[in-house]
Amino acid sequence: MKDDTIAAIATPLGLGGVGIVRISGPEARAMGAALFDRPLGDHRLVYGGIHDPADGSIIDHALGALMLAPHTYTGEDVVEFQCHGGPVVLRRALGATLAAGARAAEAGEFTLRAFLNRRLDLAQAEAVLATIAAQTDAAQRLAIAGLEGSLSRRVGEVRRTLLDVLAYLSARVDFPDDDVPPDDIRPQLTAAHDALARLLAGATVGALYREGVRTAIVGRPNVGKSSLLNRMLERERAIVTAVPGTTRDVIEETASVRGVPLVLIDTAGINEAIDPVERLGVERSRAALRSADLILLVLDGSTPLSADDRALLEAAGERPAIAVVNKADLSPAFETAALPLSAVRVSALTGVGMEELADAIVARLGAHGSGASSLEQALMASARQVDAIRRARLAVEEALRGVAAGAPEDMAGVDLAEAVRALGEITGEDVTEDLLDAIFSRFCIGK
Amino acid sequence: MDPVHYDVIVIGAGHAGCEAALAAARIGVRTLLLTMNLDTVALMPCNPSIGGPAKGHLVREIDALGGEMGRITDQTFIQIRQLNTAKGPAVQALRAQADKRLYGLAMKRTLEHTANLDLRQAMVERIERVQEEGAPPHLDLVTNTGRVYRSRALIVTTGTSLAGRIIMGDVAYEGGRTGEAAAKGLSGSLRALGFELGRLKTGTPPRIDARSIDFARAERQEGSAIPLSFSFDGPPEQPYLLPPNPVYPPPAATAWRPQMACYLVASTPQTHDIIRANLHRAPMFNGTIESRGPRYCPSIEDKVVRFAEKTSHGLFLEPEGWETNEVYLQGANTSLPEDVQWAMVRSIPGLERAEIMRLGYAIEYDYVPTHQTGATLESRLVPGLFLAGQINGTTGYEEAAGQGLIAGINAARLIRGELPLILRRDQAYLGVMIDDLVTHDLTEPYRLFTSRAEYRLLLRQDNADLRLTAIGHAVGLVGGERAAAVEAKRSAIDAELARLGRTHLSASDDLRRRAADLGLGDLSRSVSAQELLRRPEASYAALLALGVGDPALAAAVAEEVEIEAKYAGYIVKQRREVDRVARLEDRRLPGDIDYAAIGGFRREAVEHLSRFRPATLGQAARLAGVTPADVAVLMVQLERAAAAR
Repeated sequence: MKDDTIAAIATPLGLGGVGIVRISGPEARAMGAALFDRPLGDHRLVYGGIHDPADGSIIDHALGALMLAPHTYTGEDVVEFQCHGGPVVLRRALGATLAAGARAAEAGEFTLRAFLNRRLDLAQAEAVLATIAAQTDAAQRLAIAGLEGSLSRRVGEVRRTLLDVLAYLSARVDFPDDDVPPDDIRPQLTAAHDALARLLAGATVGALYREGVRTAIVGRPNVGKSSLLNRMLERERAIVTAVPGTTRDVIEETASVRGVPLVLIDTAGINEAIDPVERLGVERSRAALRSADLILLVLDGSTPLSADDRALLEAAGERPAIAVVNKADLSPAFETAALPLSAVRVSALTGVGMEELADAIVARLGAHGSGASSLEQALMASARQVDAIRRARLAVEEALRGVAAGAPEDMAGVDLAEAVRALGEITGEDVTEDLLDAIFSRFCIGK
Repeated sequence: MDPVHYDVIVIGAGHAGCEAALAAARIGVRTLLLTMNLDTVALMPCNPSIGGPAKGHLVREIDALGGEMGRITDQTFIQIRQLNTAKGPAVQALRAQADKRLYGLAMKRTLEHTANLDLRQAMVERIERVQEEGAPPHLDLVTNTGRVYRSRALIVTTGTSLAGRIIMGDVAYEGGRTGEAAAKGLSGSLRALGFELGRLKTGTPPRIDARSIDFARAERQEGSAIPLSFSFDGPPEQPYLLPPNPVYPPPAATAWRPQMACYLVASTPQTHDIIRANLHRAPMFNGTIESRGPRYCPSIEDKVVRFAEKTSHGLFLEPEGWETNEVYLQGANTSLPEDVQWAMVRSIPGLERAEIMRLGYAIEYDYVPTHQTGATLESRLVPGLFLAGQINGTTGYEEAAGQGLIAGINAARLIRGELPLILRRDQAYLGVMIDDLVTHDLTEPYRLFTSRAEYRLLLRQDNADLRLTAIGHAVGLVGGERAAAVEAKRSAIDAELARLGRTHLSASDDLRRRAADLGLGDLSRSVSAQELLRRPEASYAALLALGVGDPALAAAVAEEVEIEAKYAGYIVKQRREVDRVARLEDRRLPGDIDYAAIGGFRREAVEHLSRFRPATLGQAARLAGVTPADVAVLMVQLERAAAAR
């Protein structure tokens, strides 16, 4: 039985510790050799540099290890790079393995292979079970976040275009006697191909560095959420980009805290700025609470806790959250020790307490906490997305090549089904049902 | 009276029941086939056609496995065509217009001449489980005359008869198919055994008297000029033919076999006005029918509403046989009241004087949702009770026959103590269909489409023999001679592909000129004959013309060589994907897992896993609501259970 070669960041991301990028499968050895500048020996650690195949630059100096089947975790040939842990470095290293032809592993896929190759012992199995339980939570939160994300939306648009073409091709194939007039599918395919290429360019240079721990800044109006956001960005001087949400009143910006990219979601956003009297509903904050990996609940330390504050505290208590007690420059109206969350007093105005806040964030995302697992999930999820987009683009390219070479039109459908399936991995949709819906809503067919 | 013993009993002699009974009897177990009416064996209550994309593939697969549908269709059709000839090999498909009466008669004759098989008319009132001490469990069937039949394996193929209800406008009555009684007792009996029943709806169009049709105003559609057959046995030497009915225009002569034409007409804005003016009387729109009909088989009223911008819909006139005057108005399914059906039909050019012989109608019926059934088609609830055909929520003669064949094989294997046959999604459309059924909830009757098969380049109609004959032989339905012939074909294909790979065409001036004359493109670089064959414009015939083909090669072998070479890229890609997931498919799941007791699953996953009880990890992964992480949990659990043993 042949498997393809998969890669993933295989460790929860410690901060400043060591992170491992693992490649497993028949091509692991060749890929390892292509990416590493020193020869790799079986079951030996070698110090060397990982190259970016795109431009030849060194991504990281790392320990490389080649482990040949069958005595490996997965039972296949495995190459591991032990990198310097930082998420950006790990992500680039992973990106390099994908560029070298590996497929981004799905959650639990290394374990799956270990299992199928009968390499999984019971103790490992139990440990994996616990991890997966945590990851499933994280993955679900990511799914919620993903659906709201602009990437997912744009992927969805391309997918619908391709699904339309596929519906047309399938209708012509499955209902040959029905009235489905011939059409030139090339313009739609070219448009989809270009859109995917743009997404990919954006995703590889942008998303890889941009997406990180989704951090929601929540709180009732006028507690200083936007000031805190500005302070965190200014203090770090590390603004990568600002993406005003086009459909939702949410501003996303990225700050780097101790090397961890935080995607800061300011739920105050535009509406509050335009209409200062609009009350930020608790419900709206709750949505952010559900989808974020980390919550910064901002409270006004100079006034007593309100009912809204208490409601938010209760909701945040179920998630990785930190209470940020703002306005430390004014006299305190309540004790932070009484709060149900770990709390830090800051002044967004003066900058007092920001170092302590950074410490608290790093602690909350500690190597063994659920935060680290969420971070890993976030990184993996986006690597998988990039991989899925790339597979989709290749498939559309194949379809276009087939059409140009004069292959029968239904052959393009084989490639397009593959593309739609790959994009569906991002949007979480099933190709067969969507396709049948598209066919029967667009074409009047059937007997 | 003492119970009468059989190994396998089949209730219902429709397309599923006939294939099931034939398969079981031919494998060698004592089989009884019960039908409510011996005059309607293998009846075609709806359209008079067999095949089409995906469905034609099924018929080929049934034939390769040793089933009957392909051979009987070949014997009795009035027209056959190859569809999608301008498209790729994966979607080309045969479709035949059947002579409905002849099909049933030929099937009945085959049943009557099969050893180990008894065919009887009886109305089954109820099914009972029997557990006697020291004996394996049995099922008893009690007929309305009090007779008791007993067997260890029972196949229920009652189609739309279960609590069937026929509806036309404001008229509704109980019935299985038009003119037939509904099997009422059986629904209650299945419920009493613990089955959950669901309800589905489908419909059929009016039939027109051929004498009242102005064929001159319809567009003709002729049968194939070249010999075609569903069966890998080839066209029968002596097909069942009847003198053509003189009310039809004289058929065009097709040298290899007489055929009848079909005709194309079209609805008009006036037709649509009539329908729109009477929508309040349509059961689908006024609430009389609540169950959802199939999207792929919309009623004419549905089409007019949903595609309001279309001013005309194409409709086919399909004779239902050589001798009958009944013509099926394909595309005009309706459950409108009788007066509207008449007005609507007569607004169609060519049908102004049409006389309707049978009205169109909608039918609602009970089915047994397939989450209660395994991929062997044996129910999980009642061991030994198999379900096949429309009772599983499918539609179509071909889908029914395919399930009947698999249920018949597996019932016989159960009796003989052999492992059941489960076809994979990469082996057959039959595998795709049954796997879909046991992993998905239905919201409409299930029909096969080529788009349901993810490996359709592998599941072609042309290679069904290569895919399935060996399996048919292994289960005892295909003779050694036919199996050997298929293996010889496979060897010949491999040998020829290898030879073409070794044959290099050096770019001599003469060769280049001849290749250019044949439109094969530039040969300035030396290529192998196989590479040349890959070019879109190339064909095996072109290789013959160039002098590099083998003139002695059988046409069927040359066809495979051409497809395998031409579409090698796609085929290799799909095979690789099959390999990738193969081990998931091979890992079996115990039937008694308590999913709710296992930690780590999301609630949705627990629900779906408990309901469908997947047989393999692969099936589990295809369930709605089951994520890769859930699959990982599942496999860890398997490992844990294995360690505990």
